[in-house]
Amino acid sequence: MALLVDKHRPRSLDQLTYHKDLSERLRSLAQSGDFPHLLVYGPSGAGKKTRIVATLKELYGPGVEKIKIDSRVFQTTSNRKLEFNIVASVYHLEITPSDVGIYDRVVVQDLLKEVAQTQQVDQSAKQRFKVVVINEADHLTRDAQAALRRTMEKYSPNLRLILLANSTANIIAPIRSRTLLVRVAAPTELEICEVLAKSGKKEGFLAARELEKRIAKESGRNLRRALLMYEAVHAQNEKVSDDTPIPPPDWEALIGVVAQEIMAEHSPARILQVRAKLYDLLTHCIPPTTILKTLTFKLIPLIDDALKADVIKWAAFYEHRIRMGTKVIFHLEAFVAKFMRILEEYLMGMDF
Amino acid sequence: MAGFFDIKARKEAAAANGGSTKTAPTKDTNRLQPWVEKYRPKSLSDVTAQDHTITVLQRTLQSSNLPHMLFYGPPGTGKTSTVLALAKELYGPELMKSRVLELNASDERGISIVREKVKDFARMQLSNPSPGYRDLYPCPPYKIIILDEADSMTQDAQSALRRTMETYSKITRFCLICNYVTRIIDPLASRCSKFRFKSLDQGNAKKRVEEIAQKEGVRLEEGAADTLIRCSEGDLRKAITFLQSAARLVGAVSVQKDEDAMEVDEDDKEGNVVTVKSIEGIAGVIPQDTIDKLVNAMQPRSKGLVYEAVAKVVTDMVADGWSATQVVTQLFQSILYNESIPDIQKNKITLVFSEVDKRLVDGSDEHLTILDLALRISNILAGA
Ligand SMILES: Nc1ncnc2c1ncn2[C@@H]1O[C@H](COP(=O)(O)OP(=O)(O)OP(=O)(O)O)[C@@H](O)[C@H]1O
Ligand SMILES: [Mg+2]
Repeated sequence: MALLVDKHRPRSLDQLTYHKDLSERLRSLAQSGDFPHLLVYGPSGAGKKTRIVATLKELYGPGVEKIKIDSRVFQTTSNRKLEFNIVASVYHLEITPSDVGIYDRVVVQDLLKEVAQTQQVDQSAKQRFKVVVINEADHLTRDAQAALRRTMEKYSPNLRLILLANSTANIIAPIRSRTLLVRVAAPTELEICEVLAKSGKKEGFLAARELEKRIAKESGRNLRRALLMYEAVHAQNEKVSDDTPIPPPDWEALIGVVAQEIMAEHSPARILQVRAKLYDLLTHCIPPTTILKTLTFKLIPLIDDALKADVIKWAAFYEHRIRMGTKVIFHLEAFVAKFMRILEEYLMGMDF
Repeated sequence: MAGFFDIKARKEAAAANGGSTKTAPTKDTNRLQPWVEKYRPKSLSDVTAQDHTITVLQRTLQSSNLPHMLFYGPPGTGKTSTVLALAKELYGPELMKSRVLELNASDERGISIVREKVKDFARMQLSNPSPGYRDLYPCPPYKIIILDEADSMTQDAQSALRRTMETYSKITRFCLICNYVTRIIDPLASRCSKFRFKSLDQGNAKKRVEEIAQKEGVRLEEGAADTLIRCSEGDLRKAITFLQSAARLVGAVSVQKDEDAMEVDEDDKEGNVVTVKSIEGIAGVIPQDTIDKLVNAMQPRSKGLVYEAVAKVVTDMVADGWSATQVVTQLFQSILYNESIPDIQKNKITLVFSEVDKRLVDGSDEHLTILDLALRISNILAGA
């Protein structure tokens, strides 16, 4: 059974319900024949991928929807074999180079040249060029990005790139210079409600406007998340109404518990207990940044206004450390300790 | 991979696409290229705004004795274009292939590989041009090796290059190209004549953009050209891409899929004007009132209110997908030019910006980083 997220995914530009002007812009680019390289960025769950798939359809017609997954083996200079999955139609392919970590350069380099050097064989193809969609482009190593530069220029008659990223900060300037930047904003809460209502109608769910509104708010304008929550609520309840509770995901509930524990007691023993839970979250593959951010935003409403800016300051500080360091747990724990200390000092100060 | 390179599968898909009876769009491929490639300078004199470099190069062209060269400068200022144009003027279209070797960051450039490639290339016999051809192009008796994007070569590979350069110095000239000259090791840089490519200045870049707009039949609103230049920060490639995209946006309705129709339509595109606003939209410039909202939220008031207000604006900006670097740039401008903020506070604020910039480059979470930035500035404004 397909999830709602996939089942009702719009397939063409006209079916996209929000950011109509952006859809028009993409359409006019797709129809012009001199389509530039794109760097599509925006928060996750904003619908970047859906929009791009729809754009590809505008470029090539329904043929792009016939996709296959192929596995390829690449060899690094040190003769290491890398297995790599490629999603491809005859007109385009889609890759996630961050799958191979620091070896992404080899893949990007070899694959793109290969694509660029083979002509579009389908004589009736609408475009002379083929498109390569690169997922998680902001995770590409600098080397891999450098390898794209001249390729993007030299092979532009045969090849266009569409880079997908959450942010442009990690994309090197020469790549930003070679692409047209396309920002995809997250849908507003209202727009999310519309999508939920539409999906619900197709599924025969009973409308519950207030519930949908709450979900939209809870989702933090993340449409994917909202749809998953919506589906979960309906799966877990025989009948939903405007005040059916929305169950948070397990990991989020656990972080909520951690926040309560931190507030309740500030001691080394407590840090130890918390650490076990943090480890638990990490082993379940919850990204450390998500843990730190969620924890921070769960703590903020529980503390005095005077402390909020300071807590954010240290959250940002340790999040940076997480990026730069190698031992994630150190920095998560350090944040917890720092938080306890700030709170303790503040409370002591109040006593006198 | 099979599917992608497999002819049969491709035919099937073509069939799935049904009704498209059009033949392959082969004829005028030039028009279907992105404008940055279409308007890449064809000769040295086409290169805009790098007068000093071009004059020197043209002089060497006459003497036909080229030094090793190092081109450096920010993206989209004409480095690659210049070296390609130079090579073309030296050897002409026929000899280009056999006399010029281009290696860039997309090629394997380990130590041994560069050495091998250079060796093989240098050893190839020099083909002799006919006297008639020689009248048109100087064809000096050496080959050119272009190492584009040289700043992505490892230090070791660069060191190894020194020897290679010397070994073949009689029959080859090297041209290294990079964005950051500091990433080229000294012994290598000192063997080259250096040419700095400047960020394009307003006047020249504007002229080029207007020229292209005219050739493409795109009309620019008053001030649109200036906006293009301002938003692209001296990067002509960016300016041209913005222009193309803006032109497509306003011309959206009249563009037809049919090739022949497109030719007609090129003439009557005249009606549509590229506006300042559309360019700013494409360039990802944050509307001033969004920035103002943030600045307002940061104004001193009771602590709780500040947090609530700032957090709300920042959360919305993040969800709207504004890139953090863009937020930082525009917020910085907005604060720097705000007369009502005392200098001493500005100094403190600058320190915060410095730290935030570094964090963003390191890949820190944008939401936390921007929230932290805004709260800290607010704190400073409150006199902390
Ligand atoms: N000085 C210039 N005169 C005319 N056109 C230019 C100039 N600089 C850049 N352009 C335009 O920008 C495009 C890119 O220029 P080019 O490839 O030479 O940049 P680059 O300096 O090599 O950049 P990078 O550092 O990113 O490789 C060209 O195709 C051309 O359209
Ligand atoms: Mg270049």
